Amino acid sequence: MTDALLTVERVTKNFRGLRAVAEVSLTVPEGRVVALVGPNGAGKTTLFNLIAGVFPPDAGHIQLAGRRLNGLRPDQVCAAGIGRTFQMVRPFLDLSVEDNVLVGALLRSRHTATARQRARVVLEPLGLAPLANRTARSLTLLERKRLELARALATEPRLLLLDEVLAGLRPGELQPLLDLLQRFNRDAGLTILLVEHVMRAVMALSDQVVVLDHGEKIADGAPHDVIADPRVIECYLGTEQPTAPTRS
Amino acid sequence: MSTTPLRPHGWLLAAILLGLLLAAPRFLDPYQLSVLTLALWFAYVGQAWNLMMGFAGQLSLGHALYVGLGGYAAAALYVHFGVGPWFGMLLAVAVAAVVGAVIGALGFRFGVRGVYFALLTIAFAEFTRIAFDHWDWLGGSGGLFLPVVHEASNDLWTLRGEPALYYYVMLAMTVLALLLVSVLLRSRLGYYWLAVREDQDAAAAAGVNVFRTKLSAVVLSGAMTAPGGVIFAFMHNNLFPEEIFSMARSIEIIIPPIVGGLGTLFGPIVGAFILTPFGEAVSLALDQAGLSLPGLKQFLYGLALMVIIIWMPHGIWPWLARRLGLFGRPGHGGGGEKAP
Repeated sequence: MTDALLTVERVTKNFRGLRAVAEVSLTVPEGRVVALVGPNGAGKTTLFNLIAGVFPPDAGHIQLAGRRLNGLRPDQVCAAGIGRTFQMVRPFLDLSVEDNVLVGALLRSRHTATARQRARVVLEPLGLAPLANRTARSLTLLERKRLELARALATEPRLLLLDEVLAGLRPGELQPLLDLLQRFNRDAGLTILLVEHVMRAVMALSDQVVVLDHGEKIADGAPHDVIADPRVIECYLGTEQPTAPTRS
Repeated sequence: MSTTPLRPHGWLLAAILLGLLLAAPRFLDPYQLSVLTLALWFAYVGQAWNLMMGFAGQLSLGHALYVGLGGYAAAALYVHFGVGPWFGMLLAVAVAAVVGAVIGALGFRFGVRGVYFALLTIAFAEFTRIAFDHWDWLGGSGGLFLPVVHEASNDLWTLRGEPALYYYVMLAMTVLALLLVSVLLRSRLGYYWLAVREDQDAAAAAGVNVFRTKLSAVVLSGAMTAPGGVIFAFMHNNLFPEEIFSMARSIEIIIPPIVGGLGTLFGPIVGAFILTPFGEAVSLALDQAGLSLPGLKQFLYGLALMVIIIWMPHGIWPWLARRLGLFGRPGHGGGGEKAP
């Protein structure tokens, strides 16, 4: 077993009495891909935002390689080594593709010349190099998703948080992006925690699947074990004996 | 952006224009020179405001505050202690920077964004105006007057002399401001400003310290504006809180950069050089036509603004630069500018 890169320990978050995340614990081992799944409103995005520093947890601990992340701002979490993407992509629309990525690269190198070189290196494998001088506004959704990924990668993260990076893409567009993520994980050893609705992607990509329902963790394990888990099937599809009145 | 440098003929055009501006006092009468000096003043202060709004995306509707503070700081040193304007400028810059830091820290620490932050900037300008109205040491509402010294020669050191002196000082300041902002835009801070302007949450996720980035923009913008106030004080030899801190002045400051091209390096300059002479020309034309309807000038000025903004929503400069093909690639501004 490899060492845990990210450790989430009994983390809880309430919103005005609504328990969005309840004592969830999980670990992301170094070099692995972990998927966070669950029905809508299960608390996936909340947990994601707790890790990214968007808001602090009410209770519990979040650690990256032994370093405590609780209470850090998003930029400090990023500096600590966590890169993230947004569910609804948020490129800097009026900046060029290269400058979008440059902003991320400036985290590790203060000089714009070195950061720009770094940005170009990041753009290449994502197929964005030919678009480097276009404004982000002119990109398609798929290109914007890749740009979002590039900006996060430019911050040289140890852990990449992907919030439904495949959502909204046409089936034909999924595979290239999936291949790309797989390459980053296998070749560059990048650790990934992803929130994902596309089960095909989850099964293909992840080493481990964590299932949330109503803010609680109900399953955690290898992808094939998890989808066979009765509790998981129940939370997605309901119980086997329907209690609802039968249709006439 | 450094990826879209000015083309050679763009540099040539800039050099010719600068040459014309340098030679202008030889050809212009005192009135025309005063109009040009005023245009430079608005170009300079507009550049300072544009740094904050155009590049860092933080709206200030109270920039008269920094003009007034700068003017009063230098004037008070001169009137009460006999300290010259250039030392006064140091104090002016320091005071404006500190006040900018206070406003920025208050606003950004408590998450005051957008128009609500703009309201905060208005509030500061307004209560400063009221405070200065009652500050007798600085003349109160009766105004602070700088002793007028008639000297035979121009004295740059004491900022006393002919209109041409102020003209050249404003020209130098405008060029320096342009250079300073263009250097800043190529720095890490400059890119962080643009990122925060575009999307501050996304910027934070990419490792940008949003608070510090926004604060630096307010502090630098305020500090840059203050010398404009110093020149104003020494050029006009009087300061009235009602006038220098007025809301009308704050609005007057922001119109040239908006019309010229928000978030562009040359927008504030182009805007000021079109609007200032235009305003004067309208006055002159109305005088000569014998029309003295109150508010007619403002009406025509407003009409012209509407036409420009509807016709060129990104401002005159991006349109002009595209027309003249001044930048390497179409669809790109220069110097980290917003693409049209």
